[in-house]
Amino acid sequence: MLTHNHEAVRQLTVCNSCRYCEGYCNAFKALTRYRSFDKPTVSHLANLCHNCRGCYYACQYTEPHEFAINIPALLADIRAQNWEQHIKPSGISKLFQAKLWPYLLMTVVFMVLFSFGAGVSWVSSEPFYSSISHSALVAIFLPLFLLPWIALLFGIRGYWKSVGGSRVAVSDIRNALGSAATMKNLSGGQGQGCNYEAAERYTHLRRWAHHATMYGFLMCFASTSVATIYHYIFSLPAPYALFSLPKLLGVVGGILLSCGTAALAVLKWKADTKLGSANRTNGEYAFVGLLFAVSTTGLLLYWASGTSFAAAWLIIHLSLIATFFISIPYSKMVHSLFRLAALCREAQIQRLASAG
Amino acid sequence: MSELLAAPEADLTLITPGEGELVADIIVVGGGNAALCAAITAAETGASVVLLERAPREYRGGNSRHTRNFRCAHAAPLGVLSGEYSEDEFYNDLLLVTKGNTDEALAKQVIANAPDCYEWMIRQGVLFQPSLSGTLSLSRTNAFFLGGGKALVNAYFQRCNDLGVKIMYEATALDIHIDNGRCDGVLVNHDGQQHYMRAKSVVIASGGFESNKQWLQEAWGDAAKNFLIRGTPYNRGEVLKRLLAHGADSIGDPTQCHAVAIDGRAPEYDGGIVTRLDCVPFSVVLNNKGERFYDEGEDVWPKRYAIWGRLVAKQPDQIAFAIIDEKSSKLFMPSVFPAIRCDTLAELIEQLGLPTDTTLASINEFNRACTDGEFQATELDGLATQGLTPAKTNWARPIDQPPYYGYSLKPGVTFTYLGVNVDNTARVTFDGVTADNLWAAGEIIAGNILGEGYLAGFGMTIGTAFGRIAGSEAAKYVNA
Repeated sequence: MLTHNHEAVRQLTVCNSCRYCEGYCNAFKALTRYRSFDKPTVSHLANLCHNCRGCYYACQYTEPHEFAINIPALLADIRAQNWEQHIKPSGISKLFQAKLWPYLLMTVVFMVLFSFGAGVSWVSSEPFYSSISHSALVAIFLPLFLLPWIALLFGIRGYWKSVGGSRVAVSDIRNALGSAATMKNLSGGQGQGCNYEAAERYTHLRRWAHHATMYGFLMCFASTSVATIYHYIFSLPAPYALFSLPKLLGVVGGILLSCGTAALAVLKWKADTKLGSANRTNGEYAFVGLLFAVSTTGLLLYWASGTSFAAAWLIIHLSLIATFFISIPYSKMVHSLFRLAALCREAQIQRLASAG
Repeated sequence: MSELLAAPEADLTLITPGEGELVADIIVVGGGNAALCAAITAAETGASVVLLERAPREYRGGNSRHTRNFRCAHAAPLGVLSGEYSEDEFYNDLLLVTKGNTDEALAKQVIANAPDCYEWMIRQGVLFQPSLSGTLSLSRTNAFFLGGGKALVNAYFQRCNDLGVKIMYEATALDIHIDNGRCDGVLVNHDGQQHYMRAKSVVIASGGFESNKQWLQEAWGDAAKNFLIRGTPYNRGEVLKRLLAHGADSIGDPTQCHAVAIDGRAPEYDGGIVTRLDCVPFSVVLNNKGERFYDEGEDVWPKRYAIWGRLVAKQPDQIAFAIIDEKSSKLFMPSVFPAIRCDTLAELIEQLGLPTDTTLASINEFNRACTDGEFQATELDGLATQGLTPAKTNWARPIDQPPYYGYSLKPGVTFTYLGVNVDNTARVTFDGVTADNLWAAGEIIAGNILGEGYLAGFGMTIGTAFGRIAGSEAAKYVNA
């Protein structure tokens, strides 16, 4: 593993003396502000980087050149080290960032819990909450919702402080959300796309796959939120009709999420692992695989309802969701919040600079 | 490294003119900007093209890998180019740097062709970006490549692939067969074997000989051993040498190379842009005897860095040392290798390996010669030394504020001027007579236009303009 400062400073200093890549993304534009690279600066640049790889394929100093520049890999490593450092306990972070088995193990544990603990039969075609009571679900999922958010909040707060972030303006947040909503930093700087999986060629595939994943996820999240409101405020329990808001959001979001994550996995498989955080490839596959499994089993649940597989699917689906929620702060899911924080910080730095 | 890359002895018995199949309509020798422009232009007409790149794939693109912009005339704002840059102004800029040592007709042809090239480059997939930070002075005259020259080279190689150009890496042209102005084929070393490859037309765009230290030594003697080569180690000039041996008319001073002063710790080859050091105007520069030898503040650095290559080359052991103090340490682009930094001058002098007494004496003498006045980092401020030889005529401030910083400087060779003469259709001439089917483009003909000096981004303009001319003329010959 790369030690944070020495190698980062070495490579970023080469970039800063060259600057040919200034036009690709925010990270390079930010880099030119500095004459030297302390740890907070390196962290900030690392979390701005979207691993589009434009700079790598344009670089005259990649291996076998003795300068051996590989900024996408360097920053991917530092990014992940940042998550692991700030999200406590760090040991668990490291495990989930790097390995596949913790996700599998956790899913199996939940399947056992749901089967025996909740006393649910795997073979049933009963309607939704007759397999597992709503109260049992709430009892299991509520803490799963809360604990990760606490770890996350403290982690983000720690990161924000570590990069010297100050009071956020509304415009900083708007700026950051705008960047994230359009994946501006995967545009290649001029809308030509990125080089993630196609080496020297520019493509839009990763940007589109990420859009499908992100918006699909947000729709699924919205679906659950709406269903919760229906349940508690309007006393309208599941299941819902196809043309209801929760179902529409859930089905469309699920399809987007499922296709998006499948595409991301294929792109990752095509891409050069040497340009990512090489030791964490399995953890990244596990995370994208988990999101795929959550969405796909969710969709199949819809089609399985009424068949004798319904209860089994429900158990699998809920176990995956439970795994997903509990692993949020420790999986690659954290990249979204650290990325937003970095974009926010960058907007802040630029705002403060232009204000003099 | 230099020796490792030397081409094997050509086996001339393999050259069998008129015999054997043609490998393609056109062979392009070289894999840099001019070669790629020629290959694309020719392939677009439907001609079959084989491109011989001497380097392995990861080092493809010759010195174009290290370039970053393209100088272009334009009557009105054009793409990323601001304002107006008239053909007359462009030509005058060229006259200034070359001191008139240029072929007016060819130069004007390139300059007039530049805007067309710019549009063409975009169509081939080259992306431009606004002037890089720190290069705003070029935003009117030079269009920067997004990602730099390697991104441009990548775009052109992709275009070649899409057009069906057969690209051979690690294929070294050892000789060409030319008889009575007709080129029959090229002897190529590839995969450890020599092959005689025939084609109807041949385009030579194989660069200069700046990475061939043996050849550089012929002009510079042992001093050349201490030269650093800023670009590709693969420009060894074998084809140029053979062309001249076959009687091609030569152009350009065979003893001259374009050299700039770069960081003395740069690698022997391929250090590229990052090894430049912009500290000289704010420094005291000493040779390894601890003596000053030239006015460090003669002009702004972009106008002077080129002469410093030769100045340093003439010092003992081809090395010099720039010393600055804290107040000047942030006035120039960050350097790729950190400066040697010490709290006292004596310590710094020791770390740089300079003789203590003479060096200290030189710096003290310089400090005493500094005068009061207003320092202006970004313009000629006239803050000059008094009664010092050589004088420092701008930015002369005493070196007295610790910590002190030291850099070593060595000559970094960019390109060589020697090449072959071409007519306005890029055909090579032999004894004043143009060859039927042999064209040349890029650095190998740049000496026709850049007799001396250099104009930023102009090498790419010459390469693109003449690469396209050579490609289209070679295809016209084939398709006729």
